[in-house]
Amino acid sequence: MKFIQDFLHKVRPNFEKGGKYEKFFYIYEAHETLFFTPADTTKSKGVQVRDAIDLKRMMMTVIVAMAPCLLFGIWNVGHQHFLATGEGGEFLDKILFGAWYVLPVVVVSYGTGLSIEFTFATIRRHEVNEGFLVTGMLIPLIMPPNIPLWQVALATAFAVILAKEVFGGTGMNILNVAMTARAFLYFAYPSDISGEVWTALDGVATVEGYSGATALAIAASTQAGSVTDALATSWNPEMFTFTSMFIGTVPGSIGETSTLACLIGAALLVLTGLGSARIIFTVFIGAYLMGLIFNLVGANPFMETPAHYHWVMGGLAFGAVFMATDPVTGTHTDTGKWIYGLLIGMLTVLIRVFNPAYPEGIMLAVLLMNVFAPLIDFYIVEANKKRRLSRATV
Amino acid sequence: MSKSIRLKKGFNINLAGKAEKKIVSDLKPDTYVLKPTDFPGMIRPKVTVKEGDNVKAGTPILFDKKAESIMFSSPVSGEIVEIHRGDKRALLGVKILADKEIEYEQYNKYSISEIESLSQNDAKDLMLKSGVWPNIVQRPFATIANPEDTPKSIFISAFDSHPLAPDYAFIFKDQDKFFQAGITILKKFTKGAIHVNLDGNAEVASIFSQAKDIQLNKFYGKHPAGNVGVQIHHIDPISVGEVVWTLNPFGVIQIGKLFMEGVYDASKIIAIAGSEVKKPQYYKTYSGASVKKFLENNLTNDHVRVISGNILTGEKIDKDGSLGFYDHLVTIIPEGDQQRFVVTDGWFSITKNRLSFHRALGLFSFLNGSNKEYVLDTNTNGQERAFVMTGAFEKVVPMDILPTHLLKAIMAEDFDEMEALGIYEVAEEDLALCEYIDVSKHDVQSIVRKGINLMLEG
Repeated sequence: MKFIQDFLHKVRPNFEKGGKYEKFFYIYEAHETLFFTPADTTKSKGVQVRDAIDLKRMMMTVIVAMAPCLLFGIWNVGHQHFLATGEGGEFLDKILFGAWYVLPVVVVSYGTGLSIEFTFATIRRHEVNEGFLVTGMLIPLIMPPNIPLWQVALATAFAVILAKEVFGGTGMNILNVAMTARAFLYFAYPSDISGEVWTALDGVATVEGYSGATALAIAASTQAGSVTDALATSWNPEMFTFTSMFIGTVPGSIGETSTLACLIGAALLVLTGLGSARIIFTVFIGAYLMGLIFNLVGANPFMETPAHYHWVMGGLAFGAVFMATDPVTGTHTDTGKWIYGLLIGMLTVLIRVFNPAYPEGIMLAVLLMNVFAPLIDFYIVEANKKRRLSRATV
Repeated sequence: MSKSIRLKKGFNINLAGKAEKKIVSDLKPDTYVLKPTDFPGMIRPKVTVKEGDNVKAGTPILFDKKAESIMFSSPVSGEIVEIHRGDKRALLGVKILADKEIEYEQYNKYSISEIESLSQNDAKDLMLKSGVWPNIVQRPFATIANPEDTPKSIFISAFDSHPLAPDYAFIFKDQDKFFQAGITILKKFTKGAIHVNLDGNAEVASIFSQAKDIQLNKFYGKHPAGNVGVQIHHIDPISVGEVVWTLNPFGVIQIGKLFMEGVYDASKIIAIAGSEVKKPQYYKTYSGASVKKFLENNLTNDHVRVISGNILTGEKIDKDGSLGFYDHLVTIIPEGDQQRFVVTDGWFSITKNRLSFHRALGLFSFLNGSNKEYVLDTNTNGQERAFVMTGAFEKVVPMDILPTHLLKAIMAEDFDEMEALGIYEVAEEDLALCEYIDVSKHDVQSIVRKGINLMLEG
C-alpha cells in the first residue's frame, strides 16, 4: 500500500494552502481518508485517547446491514421478470437480469448525491460527510425497478439539496433524505411510481392473466370477500401467501420486498447498537395494534385483513429497520423512541387503509413523524427538567 | 445514614502499564511549578514574588485578583527562577528551584483538642493564608470554593475510577490522623454531612472506614462511579442556589497536617504509569514537580505523549513539564500521529485490540473480557462531524441528565435551558466519557467548560 501513500503524499501539496487546487482540498481529503486514516491526534487538554469508532465505520456497518436487502432485491427483480414472462430462468439469469436493472440505479444515486456533497463541501469549506454513503444506498432500494434513471438523479438531487444541504448538511436535516427522494417522485411523477411499475418486464410479453399489482394494491382494491382470498386468487396463486411475502418473492420496490432480509439487517443494526431496537420493535407493534383495531371496526375488506399481514406487505419492515431508525431525523431520547416508533407503525396502517390513491403508508408515516420527532423529544426533555425543579422545592 | 448506590451506566478503559505498588522516594526533581492554569475560573492571577526571590514551602506566591483572600503557596523552599508568561502577559507558571533540604514556613500549631474547639473563622483564616484552601473545589462549576459560602454538605470521593488511577489506600497510607484532623476542621464549615464515598467493590482502607464525623457511602459500578459529581447527584443533588464543597482525600490530609504541625506540606505520592513506561510505579515527590527525572531512562521509546493526570481529563505536558496541582498520576502513552491503512488498521479493519464502547462492524473489543489491558495511542481515530449518533452519551453518564440536550443548549448559549438541563450538576470530568465514545469526535469537555464559564459570567 506504500505506493498509494506515496502517490497521495506527492499530490497533496497541490491541494494544500497555496497549492494549485487549494479549493478542492476537501475533495482530495475525502479520497485520502478513504485509504488512510488521518494522522490527527487528540488536543492537549481533554481526552487524550479516542474511541476506535468513527463515522465512516458506523456508516459502513449500516451499508453492510442493507446488503441482504440489496442482494435479495437484485435476485428478485430477475425472479419477478421470469415469473411474469413465463420464460423460466436459472438462478444466475435472474441475478444478471436483476443486476442489469438495479446497478445503474445505484450508480446514478451515488453519482448524483456524491457530486452534490463534494460541491457543497468545497463551497462551504468543510470535510465531506459520510452520511450520503448510507442515503445513496437507501434511495435505490426504495425505487421500483422500472424507474427512469433521470428521475433517480432528479429525486436524489432534490432530496440532498432541499432536505439536507439547505438545513446545513448531514446531522442537521429534519426529514429523512431517502424518504424525501421517494416522496418527491411520488408527487412529481405519480405515473412512474405507481401502477404496473413493480416488475421489470423489459418489453417481453407476459403470461396469460398476468397482473403487476402488489399485495397492497390488491388489498386496497378488494371490494367484497376477504383480502386473503383476493391475494390467493391473484394471477399466480402462490405469489401472495404469508410465507412468500415474508421471504419477499413478490413485486415491489427493489430492496423492500423481503421482510426476512430486513430482519437480518435489523439484527445486525441492533447487535452493533446502531439501530434503535426500541424503534424497530415499536413500529411492528404499532402496525399490529392498528391492524387489530381495524379488524374490530371491520368496515371494509382491507380493514379486516389479518393484522400480521401488515408486517409483510409493502415496505413496512424496510421502513422500520432502515428509515425510522435514522438517528438524525428520529427522536433523540430513549423514551421518545418508544412513542415515535409506535406512531409510525400505527400511521402506516392508517394511511394504507384510508388513502385511496396510494396504498403504501410507511413513507408518509416516517416523514410525518420526522416532523413531530422534535415535539416528542420536547416533552421528554421537559419531564427531565421538571424532575430537577421538583427536587429544588423539597 | 450511609447509602449504597449501584450504577449501571459507565465504561471502564483498562489500560496497560498499571503502577506497581512500590514507592521510589530518592528521586528529587530540581524544579517545581505552580500553574494558575490548573485552577479553572482563575481569571486574573497575580504573583507576589519576583525572579530571584527566596521562598519557603508554604510561602504565598500567587493569588487571584478576583478572590484576594485565597493564597497559593510554594510547594517547596528555594529560589524563584522563572515567572513564565504567555500571550498578552498571561501568567502561565511560577518556577521554583528547590533547596536540597526543604524549609517550611511556620504557621500556628494546634493540639487535637484545640483543633476541635477552634472557631470557624480562625480555621478559615489559616487555611486561606497558608495555601491549602485551593484544595476545596465547589460544585456547581468545579471552581475553587468561595470562602464566604456555606456549603450544604461536603463530598470526598475516596477512590478514583479513571484509567490507571493511583490506589488511594496505598498513596494515603498512614495518614489517618491527619485525615481525621482535616475532617474535624471541615466539619466547622457545614451543617450538613461530610460524605466519604467508597468503592463498593474494593477493600476499604482504614483511613476512611475508621474516620469519625463522616457519612460513609458505597458506590458500585464502572467509571465514572468515582467522580464526585456523580456521587453528589445520587446522594445530595444540587439545585439552583445551593453549594456543595468537594475535596480529594489529599486535600483533607493537607489541611489536617497544617493544623497539627503548622506546615503547608505539598508532598504527595504519585503514580507514573502507562504502556510506554518501563517500570510503572509510585514516586514520592511534591506538588508541581518536574517529571523529567521520573521519565529519564524509564520510557520504552521517544515517541510518546506525557499526560499530567489520566487519559480522560488530563493535560498533555512536555517530557520536562510539571505535575498539575490536583494530579496524582502521570500517564505515558504512544503518540498516534501516523496515518494508517484503512483495511489493516483503519475504519475497514477487523480488530479486537482497539478498544471501542460501540460494537460497530469489525470492532470486536467487546468480546474481550474486562481484564484485557489495552495499549491505546492518541490518534483521534476519525474526524469531527455533526452530531449523528444518538442514545450513546446517555449510556455512559450515570445521572438523570440528558447529555446531548445539555451540550446543545450550551452550544446555543441558551442560559435557561442550560440551567434546566442540569449545568449545575456537571463538570468536565463527568462528561469526559462522552467525549471518548463520541462517534463525531466533539470536544465535549471544552463545551462543558464553555457552558460553565457562560454561567459564571452571566
